[in-house]
Amino acid sequence: MKPTDIGAPEYFHKVVDCQWACPAHTPVPEYIRLIAQGRYSDAYMVNWESNVFPGILGRTCDRPCEPACRRGRVEENQGEKPEPVAICRLKRVAADYKDDIRARLPRPAAKKNGKRVACVGAGPASLTVARDLAPLGYHVTVFDADPRAGGMIRTQIPRFRLPESVIDEEVGYILDLGVDFRPNHRVESLKDLLGQGYDAVFVGSGAPRGRDLELPGRAEAARHVHVGIEWLASVSFGHVTQVGRRVIVLGGGNTAMDCCRTARRLGGEDVKVIVRSGFEEMKASPWEKEDAMHEGIPILNFLVPLAFTHEDGRLTGMRFQKVKAVRDGRGRRSLVPTGEPDPHFECDEVLVAVGQENAFPWIERDAGLDFDEHGMPVLDAVTLQSTAPGVFFGGDAALGPKNIIWAVAHGHEAAISIDRYCHGEDVSVRPPPLTTLVSQKMGIHEWIYDNQIVPDARNRVPLKELTIALKDLRQEVELGFDPELAWKEAQRCLNCDVQTVFAPRLCIECDACVDICPMDCITFTADGEEAEVRARLSAPARDLSQDLYVGAGLATGRIMAKDEDVCLHCGLCAERCPTGAWDMKKFYLEMAHAGPGCRAGAAPREERAGAPA
Amino acid sequence: MTYLAKPKLHHPELPVNALGFTRRDYEGTISTLCAGCGHDSISAAIIQACWELAIQPHRVAKLSGIGCSSKTPTYFLDKSHGFNSVHGRMPSVLTGANLANRDLIYLGVSGDGDSASIGLGQFAHSMRRGVNMTYIVENNGVYGLTKGQFSATADRGSKSKRGALNTDEGIDLAILALQLGASFVARSFSGDKAQLVPLIKGALNHPGAAFLDVISPCVAFNNHEGSTRSYDYVRHHNEAVNFLDVITGKEELTAQYGPGSVQEVRSHDGSLLRLRKISEDYDSSSRIAAMSYVQSRYAHGEIVTGLLYVEPEAGDLHESLGTTARPLNELGEKELCPGQAALEKFNAGLR
Repeated sequence: MKPTDIGAPEYFHKVVDCQWACPAHTPVPEYIRLIAQGRYSDAYMVNWESNVFPGILGRTCDRPCEPACRRGRVEENQGEKPEPVAICRLKRVAADYKDDIRARLPRPAAKKNGKRVACVGAGPASLTVARDLAPLGYHVTVFDADPRAGGMIRTQIPRFRLPESVIDEEVGYILDLGVDFRPNHRVESLKDLLGQGYDAVFVGSGAPRGRDLELPGRAEAARHVHVGIEWLASVSFGHVTQVGRRVIVLGGGNTAMDCCRTARRLGGEDVKVIVRSGFEEMKASPWEKEDAMHEGIPILNFLVPLAFTHEDGRLTGMRFQKVKAVRDGRGRRSLVPTGEPDPHFECDEVLVAVGQENAFPWIERDAGLDFDEHGMPVLDAVTLQSTAPGVFFGGDAALGPKNIIWAVAHGHEAAISIDRYCHGEDVSVRPPPLTTLVSQKMGIHEWIYDNQIVPDARNRVPLKELTIALKDLRQEVELGFDPELAWKEAQRCLNCDVQTVFAPRLCIECDACVDICPMDCITFTADGEEAEVRARLSAPARDLSQDLYVGAGLATGRIMAKDEDVCLHCGLCAERCPTGAWDMKKFYLEMAHAGPGCRAGAAPREERAGAPA
Repeated sequence: MTYLAKPKLHHPELPVNALGFTRRDYEGTISTLCAGCGHDSISAAIIQACWELAIQPHRVAKLSGIGCSSKTPTYFLDKSHGFNSVHGRMPSVLTGANLANRDLIYLGVSGDGDSASIGLGQFAHSMRRGVNMTYIVENNGVYGLTKGQFSATADRGSKSKRGALNTDEGIDLAILALQLGASFVARSFSGDKAQLVPLIKGALNHPGAAFLDVISPCVAFNNHEGSTRSYDYVRHHNEAVNFLDVITGKEELTAQYGPGSVQEVRSHDGSLLRLRKISEDYDSSSRIAAMSYVQSRYAHGEIVTGLLYVEPEAGDLHESLGTTARPLNELGEKELCPGQAALEKFNAGLR
């Protein structure tokens, strides 16, 4: 096998599963250690640099990091239910317990650089672009149809999950950088905007249209049938303050979960979620489903909506068809009627949350940029540049509905593109991330990081008592970890960024590392093809998404093969190594941010091939 | 030494043996020996062998003397009986324990200081009496605990870490064991678990005195140029004569070997020792041939490893003494104190 090139930034980045899975590549283990040390402000700043909205994301993130977390894998078959570290909720701890960090934020640019950038929509993608460009001297103008900035963060996420004060604080940090925010200003024409002489335009207008359900009775019952995201926005701005006693929510995504829980708080006593497919196939995150059910909301599955029933212009309920999932010969799954009578559920109001769509009615088709057959702009997935060179996209508007953390990641990349574009440089040349690799050795058996592995199961976030929580729409349900619980949870982190680094020329092949490794990760064996080597290691390496670390050049001609999959990063291999052939080194990776360092002399794009966009 | 406890977490797919135990269940506390010590590899090999044989840990008694090697029983089989005896006296304590309870599996762990110097006499007598035990000497050729003086097994002419030459003749414990009548004699290297683990399994299964001389480099004091117990030296001068497979009764015999290259030795408990010959003309059933071969290769600077000699139908001390078949702790008061009449009869026999 080819010896591993640990100089390539992707290699150790992939070992830090959480950071690799995060679209913004936030250095997760680094901030978890800072939280464990009580350095909440420092932890907050590590987050802020990377994901811009730690307080908001610490409550609402889709957490792609958690399913990726190595802790979930190493706890398998060990008695306890395997669970990842509560990364997202630890992020909130940093936001909750930090000091006033305003002095550590960038200042509004003392001198403008004369470039003007327009951002359409004041959601997370546009705000990230503004955060990255305004301190560099750009004049950034952000337009939004709503009176306040935040976009879907403000309009679609209910207050009981995300208090308004948190949005105001973190959106405020950005607007205070000298951003020119134009509220109540809907951009009606891209051509018009382009005509105003901006050096670049960023479109972060989201996926603003909720899908409707055209079924018999929809028109007649219109007064009591609402599209989910529009209804949530109306609740957010106080236009809707109550709901019928019996409510049906259609749809199985996170918006549906927000709708049903909001309805519970506006007077809905009998609220149920009804989905076409199975409970397991629902798009909502497992924890959001749990939260809804905890609030007494049943989720009924395998029911396809047929019609709205009504009487004298009043909605009376909905009729459904019972279905079951059947697999055909090729394993494709389809829903077929069970033949049972169609059930009817009485209700006073229906909330339709069956998906979102992009909509660009304000972009003229002759504005100079191409759209694909689905009505989406044609983009470069990395640079986010459209076919009109000065127009960039990000967030849900770019590649279809995703989530806040993806919007932030797009914002950073688009800011780099805009900055290079405005300086006449090729946007396809992308700056590499900044990486450092530093030994954590302090003494013979002392390390800078805490390498003790705790056996604890995941800690639960305390919740407000249900009777109180359901009374008030603005009462935050999750209380968050207190410092003590946060410390306990932080101890579960395996410090996957502290890497096992192997120097073959120092190794005397004494087997000490092989003998001590609690997870049987290390093998000294004859070289061979990867598939065959994987099968004959101390423990077979079946997870192909996890790399083998290969060291060659040993005296016996064998190779050292380490399966990264379930390494605890406990450092015992390095502690038991007599020659220092193993060392524990902290790998820190920070994504490039727009600025002078990303312009002249930046490495060509090919060098970071393999890193996820 | 390491201050941390080894994490209890193990590989999610770690296999279990016939008793439902993982290999990790046969471990002890974390080693306090120097990092890289060969002894730790031997401990790992003992753990692996006991796990593979599905030995019930509480049926093992592990005994040792004094020295680095004699500390190691703490680092494996923490559910077994243990006795850390006086320097060089492990064989006597083990013999006593064995006579009292023949049902346990006896594992004596000693070093070259403990067995070749202060305990040489003890070693000799336990071998010649045929005590049913596995006697492992973790042989590094130096006194590690007292900072690296030559031990009695160091080769004449080898060099200490400070450059002094050893002028005394080295004792070859394997040759001594052969000469003293041990019925299973092997030599191995801590850096070669593929060879060592089956030898430990074979020794544990052996019904008589089994002796294993394991060369175990001392990383702190005997792993330099000029040493004949360093990782490099042993790797370059290791002449393995055979490779052992230990097959317990239930397993299918599936492996195929060319004619003449395999020697099979069945012991009376039904288990099978299969020796894959590396050296064609080596015969491990002859005590005299073994001694002569090992010494002639030694004269050429080679260290012969593998199963040097085995006598499958070996007897042990209980057999020669005609002791009771049951452990003493299982005998009742009536059997242990048969009364005045029995004493009279016994005394009369001595007059």
